[in-house]
Amino acid sequence: MSGGAHEPAAGLKLYHPPMSLWWWLERRAYFKIVVRELTSLFVGAFAVVTLLQIRAVGDGPEPYAAFAAMLGSPAFITFSVVAFLAVLFHALTWFPLVPTTIVLRVGEQRVPGNIIAGAHFAGWLIVSVVVAYILLRG
Amino acid sequence: MAKRTLTPFWWFLMGAGGMVSAMLFPVHVLLFGLAFPLGWFEAPAYESLHALVAHPITRLYLFVFIFLPLFHAAHRIRYTVYDLFRVQPSMHQPIAVVCYGAATAGTIAAAYTLLTIS
Amino acid sequence: MAETLRLEVSRYRPEEDSEPTLQSYDVLLDALNHVKNEIDGSLTFRWSCRMGVCGSCGMMANGEPKLTCAVPLTDYDPAQPIRIEPLQFFPVVRDLVIDMSSFLEKLSNVKPWIIRDDVEATEAVEFKQTPAELDAYKQFSMCINCMLCYSACPVIGLEPEFSGPAAIALAQRYNLDSRDKGKEERMDVLDAHEGLWGCTYFGECTKVCPKNVDPAGAIQLYKMASATDYLKSLLLPWGSK
Ligand code: FES
Repeated sequence: MSGGAHEPAAGLKLYHPPMSLWWWLERRAYFKIVVRELTSLFVGAFAVVTLLQIRAVGDGPEPYAAFAAMLGSPAFITFSVVAFLAVLFHALTWFPLVPTTIVLRVGEQRVPGNIIAGAHFAGWLIVSVVVAYILLRG
Repeated sequence: MAKRTLTPFWWFLMGAGGMVSAMLFPVHVLLFGLAFPLGWFEAPAYESLHALVAHPITRLYLFVFIFLPLFHAAHRIRYTVYDLFRVQPSMHQPIAVVCYGAATAGTIAAAYTLLTIS
Repeated sequence: MAETLRLEVSRYRPEEDSEPTLQSYDVLLDALNHVKNEIDGSLTFRWSCRMGVCGSCGMMANGEPKLTCAVPLTDYDPAQPIRIEPLQFFPVVRDLVIDMSSFLEKLSNVKPWIIRDDVEATEAVEFKQTPAELDAYKQFSMCINCMLCYSACPVIGLEPEFSGPAAIALAQRYNLDSRDKGKEERMDVLDAHEGLWGCTYFGECTKVCPKNVDPAGAIQLYKMASATDYLKSLLLPWGSK
């Protein structure tokens, strides 16, 4: 079902407003969402870094020491600072969206969104502490 | 069902990967990217790290840690590239192939590495 | 009456203009109709009910999509001009009037009516529904087709295939209706190209909706339902027809 039924009346001289290439800078809200989507670049990059790190661990103590030295280089520290801010922003914008896809019902009542989001924030905290404990216990 | 696309599947992986990366990445980046290299905390010794990585549960954890977030990134980058660069529809398919292809390659590499680690 | 305010109105006169220009009017309150009735009868815009139910008076006011009949002028600083433009991401017919044929096309594409194959469309039949069943879709039925959500969503401007917030919310309204059996057919339409998946959740549609329909939420639920169906058919191939 397309065409015919819904077309502009013949003979109209329509003006088609152009859309700027910089549309995402024109509204704060658009910019924020584009930044949110771009955090995924750092998510992907850090997944690759982790994979390379696992490789280095598998290759033995010397390759791993070299890899650890690379992680300490100024360039990589800069990357890590930006990546940390990015994944933090990702987490902070992710959990509030969870209730838009997950509908939980207790009896007839739909569980309010901020309870679901809050539970995820709490889970985030617990998981982070557990991971940190495992890695820091020495 | 008529001609359905694969996109619901990619979207599902995007969501799962978004959850994994939101839960785990901040603490991992903070520790491995900043705290250990900058000496805020003592990094785990090589032997204990090796023992940890070799453990089957850790291997599974690391596989999920890499695989799902790669697809999260692939899906979001796909649509952000469409939107930011005003990509012509004829280029949509090739971009999707590159994004998911890269994530698939990374997933295979992760599986191989984690299975063969000694 | 000393109190005046300045309105900057986008004018597009197809006979002489190749693109819209801004024209200023200094008016007493009761802005646009005052301009039309007292100052410049050629100014063209749509309105009808003046009470926020017909959905025809949507325009951009200072860059935000608004139902102009539902926004009191007192919301605006009288010292600053108010810029009035046609809804963005739509072609302009004249002044503040946009061409909505793409929108109507998208609406009708999702088959926003009750679909059943057990009765003829012309048959007089009655399907009963409980209040709880009504509640399931009621929120999504409040849409007045004002198109503010289309004007808030950049994907509408970027991706012509995208069905858009109101159409997807309306599809969801029928999917959730206990009398309807058309879910599959609608999914065939929405899943094609970027009908549904072009949405990356800017969430602006929900913010501007004057009727609290929450189209962004409808889209998320739709994506979730589609993904769940997909996984089910993948994991339980014998379970789906
Ligand atoms: S004139 Fe009817 S909604 Fe504004």
